[in-house]
Amino acid sequence: MPAPIAEATAETLPFWEAAARGELLYQRCRRCGKVQFYPRGHCAACAHRALDFEPSAGHGTIYSFTIVHRAPSAAFRDLVPYVIALVDMAEGFRLMVNLLGSDAVSGAAIGRPVRIVFAKRGEGQAVLPQAELVA
Amino acid sequence: MTGKAYLTGAYDTKVGELPGSSCLGLHAEAAFGALADAGLELGDIDGVLCAYSFTRPHIMLSSVVCEYLGIHPAFTAALSVGGATACIQVMQAQALVMAGICRHVLVVAGDNRATGLTRDGAVAALAGVGHPEFEQPYGISVPAAYALVAQRYMHEYGATPDHLAAIAVTHRAHAALHPNAHKREPITLADVGRSKMISSPLRLLDCCLISDGAAALIISAAEAAHDRPHPPIALLGAGQGHTHEHIIAAPTLTDFGCHRAAATAFGQAGLGVGDVDVALIYDSFTITLLVELESIGFFARGEAGPAAAAGALGLAGSLPCNTHGGLLSYGHSGAAGGMFHLVEAVRQLRGAAGRRQVPGAEVAFVHGDGGILSAHCSLLLGKA
Repeated sequence: MPAPIAEATAETLPFWEAAARGELLYQRCRRCGKVQFYPRGHCAACAHRALDFEPSAGHGTIYSFTIVHRAPSAAFRDLVPYVIALVDMAEGFRLMVNLLGSDAVSGAAIGRPVRIVFAKRGEGQAVLPQAELVA
Repeated sequence: MTGKAYLTGAYDTKVGELPGSSCLGLHAEAAFGALADAGLELGDIDGVLCAYSFTRPHIMLSSVVCEYLGIHPAFTAALSVGGATACIQVMQAQALVMAGICRHVLVVAGDNRATGLTRDGAVAALAGVGHPEFEQPYGISVPAAYALVAQRYMHEYGATPDHLAAIAVTHRAHAALHPNAHKREPITLADVGRSKMISSPLRLLDCCLISDGAAALIISAAEAAHDRPHPPIALLGAGQGHTHEHIIAAPTLTDFGCHRAAATAFGQAGLGVGDVDVALIYDSFTITLLVELESIGFFARGEAGPAAAAGALGLAGSLPCNTHGGLLSYGHSGAAGGMFHLVEAVRQLRGAAGRRQVPGAEVAFVHGDGGILSAHCSLLLGKA
């Protein structure tokens, strides 16, 4: 599926390189200690410009979700119905994923624990962090 | 009449599917309509504020519109803040007239989104508000992003699909009273519940329309607002609130910048929610209005849904809301969508809303939101 993945920027390249090797990164500010997602060149909380990428253990819970029946473009039309979830990670950041697995549509619920997995999106496409329900 | 800006002209074109219409033609029709309403000529306008267009995308839309109209203003700019644009255009026009830069500012927006784009094209263009790296690869759309808000809101405050549906039904009932509304045939709760699921829990009838149309307003300085054909409407207060653009970066999915925007506007006006006679609040989706009603403080948390189901937002309710039918049923033509709310506010305050008239309406609250409840602007309008 020719999914619309934008070119990584200098700020996000470490994130995508890590995803390609199965690792989910987030940023922590060296000054105020706040964590942030998505990656930026400065801390959005205190404007400090030194941040470290840290690896996530990959455990989170569903903050919200929706089952998409109307795709935004042809690239996603064959995938409906699919689940988009906002996941709150144990390390304190939130990201968007698709909930994968045969139980995703029937099992998606706010508060359910998930683990991050990595999936290629189409031939030759980037590896995306995704999630599966934890039984 | 000092220290304020005044709305002296208002006009909206027909909305719906208008074959043969164009972005610029609609802009001109709305602009000349608002000028006539204000009793002004093109040469009286010294400021022009435009918005944006999907069918005629241009990095200098206001210059294109000025050229097309045949006007050489002292100030022009195009603003692009999604659904908040119309209210922000008015707030910017207020700044221009109060600073003495302009006497009469034309505020105009329009697009032929229904006939100038395919439905797929419109949906895809709107999905571009998603983050290119961290949202769009997951198949996000604007309805899906609002659905994430709806799901969380229902979880936290007990709102139900029928609460949302009641909002859609009320809007359609209002639109049925407006001769120009895009969708006028009545709907029921069951119709909403049977309509196609778009992105759970939002169904087709929870979503705004895609319409052709345009609207325009004239914002005048105090000393220039006299002796116009209609009594001027005063801008009593204005405020904005901004917390994020992308839904992944929203601090919460239950409280948004509308809270701050409205508090600022009410503070300036020296008014409270109880003083509002008619509310014209952005309703891109049923959930949009529900969240904004509670976040702004018109209803306590969890109470807007039951209130809507009990008729509180109807013409005879405690807070007549979106009396023209809103984006859900009157029409949604891009930035003009939010301007239809402003035009309706002017009509209500002039007592010219016909069968939709809220008796004795003196204070109107108008609110626009852009993105995924991202950018907010609240305005309070009143009889001068």
